[in-house]
Order: sequence, then C-alpha cells, then structure tokens
Amino acid sequence: MNLHIEGYQEDGVYVLKLSGEVDAYTAPELKERLLDLLNEDGTEVKIDLEKVNYMDSTGLGVFISGLKTSNELNSTFKLVNLQDNVYRLFNITGLNEVMDIENTIRGGM
Amino acid sequence: MSSTRQNINNYKELLEQYINTMDEASLYQAEQYSKASIQHNVSPDKIIEEHYKALVELFPNLDERVKASFQFLIQTMISYSVNYQQTEELREKQLELKTEIDVAANMQNTLLSTDVPKVENIDIGAKSVPAKLMNGDYYHFVQDDEGNIGTAIADVIGKGIPAAFFMSMIKYAMESFPEDRMYPKIILELLNRVVERNVESGMFVTMFYGLYDINKHEFYYATAGHEPGFIYRSQIQAFEEIDAKGLLLGVKKDTKYNQYVTHIQQGDMIVLLTDGVTECRSGDRFIEREEVLEVIDQYKEQSAQNIVDNVYKYLERLQDFKLRDDFTLLILKRNS
Repeated sequence: MNLHIEGYQEDGVYVLKLSGEVDAYTAPELKERLLDLLNEDGTEVKIDLEKVNYMDSTGLGVFISGLKTSNELNSTFKLVNLQDNVYRLFNITGLNEVMDIENTIRGGM
Repeated sequence: MSSTRQNINNYKELLEQYINTMDEASLYQAEQYSKASIQHNVSPDKIIEEHYKALVELFPNLDERVKASFQFLIQTMISYSVNYQQTEELREKQLELKTEIDVAANMQNTLLSTDVPKVENIDIGAKSVPAKLMNGDYYHFVQDDEGNIGTAIADVIGKGIPAAFFMSMIKYAMESFPEDRMYPKIILELLNRVVERNVESGMFVTMFYGLYDINKHEFYYATAGHEPGFIYRSQIQAFEEIDAKGLLLGVKKDTKYNQYVTHIQQGDMIVLLTDGVTECRSGDRFIEREEVLEVIDQYKEQSAQNIVDNVYKYLERLQDFKLRDDFTLLILKRNS
C-alpha cells in the first residue's frame, strides 16, 4: 500500500492531503514534506487524514518531529479528519493533548 | 602443485586424447582440469579460450563460422565471470553483515536480560519476540527490599538497531534509580527527562510502569502513551481495559504523569502488551485486541508462562501470519 500526498495552498494555509497508509515505508517522504513546510517561520499547515486508514507508530514519529520543529520556529500545524482507528493512536499516546486535532470521523473504513 | 600446473598447460593434449579415444578415462581428465583451473584462479572464459586455441591447432581448416561462434561464446563468458564475481562479493559482504547483526542481537539479549521474579502467590509469565533480528520492545522486572514487584513494558518508536541501542540506554537509566520503593509516576517523570535530553527527533518511547504491592495486593501504575493493558477480574469473569493516560516519553520536558491504583483479587490477572501483539496481520486482516483476550481466556487456568506462550503460538498458527512489529506480552496472575 502506498501513500499519496497532495499539496496545495488554500487561504494562506498549506494543505497536505494524504491518502493511503502511513508506515515505516511511506513515513520518510511525509516527514520531508512536512518539515520542509514547518521549517519556514510562521507557516500554517493543515494535514488532512480523511483518506488515511492505517497509521503505525512511525507515522506518529513524523508528527512528533513536526511538533518539535514547529515549537522551535513559529510555524503551526493541525491534523484534520482523522478516522477512528487513527485517532485512537493519538489518544493512547497522549498526543491529542499537545497537538491541534480537529474533526475526527466516526466509523472509519 | 607442479602436477596441477602441468595439467592446465596441457589442455591440447588432453583434448586430443579424448577426441581420439572417447573413453571414460580421458573424460575424467576434464574433471581434473577444471579442479586445477579453480585452484589457479583460471576463469571460465579462459578455459574456453584455451579450448578454442587447441581446436584451431588440431584442426587448422576449421570453418570460419565455427571460429566466430567461439569469439561470441568467449565474450559471453567474460561478462558472465564479471557478474558472477560481483554477486559472490555481495554474498560474502551480506554474510559478514549478518554475522555482525547476530552478534549485536546476542549482545542486546545479554544487555537487556531481566529475571522474572519468583513470588509465592504471584505467577508471572513473559514473552518477547522481535519482528526482525533486533528487538525494539523491552520489559523489565525489579523487586524492592520488601519484595514488591516493579514492572516496565516499553516500545521504541522506530525499529531495528537504533531502537535496540536506545532501549539499552533506558534500561541503564532505570537501573541507576534508587532501589527503595519507586512509584510509577516518579519513574516515568525521571525517564522522560533522560529521553528528552538524549534523543534525536523522531525517536520516542511508550512505556507502562506498574508497581505491585505483594502484601496489600494493590497495583500502582502510570502510562507514558503506552497501549493500555487489561485486568482480568475473576469476580465478574471478564477483562477490563486498564484506564490510564499520559504523554509518551521524550516529547515534552516537564511532563507530569498521573498515577492510578487498583486492588487485585485472588484469581485476577494483569495483562500488559505492546502494539506488536495487536498490530500483527494475518493476510490482510489485523488481529483485534478482543481476539487476543479470547485466547488468554481460553488458557486462563494454566500458568502465566503457558498463557503467554499459547497466545504467541495461536498467532503463529494463523494463515500468512507475519509480525509487523515486535511482540511482547506479560501476565501477572494472583493465585492466592
């Protein structure tokens, strides 16, 4: 299974729309794309996870790196449209308390 | 040695002899010749070249097209030799690396080994299986002066060798803590600082830490983002999910952890696991947590070690079973 990353700008916000699986094989590309954006002071990034039906702990690692980078620089990111099973990971790890997460989707695929 | 040297210099005579007699004994010379060639590092294309030279000398009127075909064959064999040699070299290197990793994995086993405490009324079982050679999961038991059991189960995000090295660091940090009664909350807060300071971004640890008071049968616990375990309550004959929350280690410097406590009755079981237990796949299907609990339930009358072994065996028997992540399962069972 692959991960497709679509990137565009919308009202001054960078959007990364993901579809597929985030795991050890696909995480490096996502990390590069996300950190590239967050490395610019003041950027706002929105990551749409509506079409992500599987994520493992490597995926979490990407967002934790993002969190550290955005804390150092003045950039921000938020995660939107998480499916239940993906949100569960953020909930277990306590990351939902330190990250901006919006609109979780009930049910999943 | 001189006889083999002689062997590879007299290909023409050997060939001529065979062509004239066509007998088994002369054919045997071919075998000897190839052995001598290997000893003297003569490549296959050189043997064919030798054959071609002998042939031209024995049959001066050889058809030009046959001669051309030999040029073609020699060229083919030259390329073949080069590729073959490269493959051999890679194979050797691969073997070397595998040996190194085996050594590292053995060393990890030694570094991270922990003794399962023997306590009169608490039966403990533990099983940890790496998905690859090196294990990114870790469990640890420690007993204080009063015999209370401290237990840690942890999973490094990120797999393979870096994860394994990282676990050794965690273990030694834990062992440097004072020996007297250490509460889970304090341990996680101390470890969080160690991890936060020493880790490159992208590597993190989830850990569940529990302290079992063997006199009062109170179980104190705290979690740093670790997959919740379960407690089997014998009174209602059902599993309940351990209720705890906390941020994983290494994300925020001054993270505070909540500590919880629950009473363990006779016949109760504490089940701790890493997500490798539920992240393994059978074909396209993920194993559900409920499925693991059903297996535990099936074997609950057996010893704790038998239960954890049986869960792993059950998963192993599933069709197309593949461990995606390291697997660790611990069970603490109160017998009396």
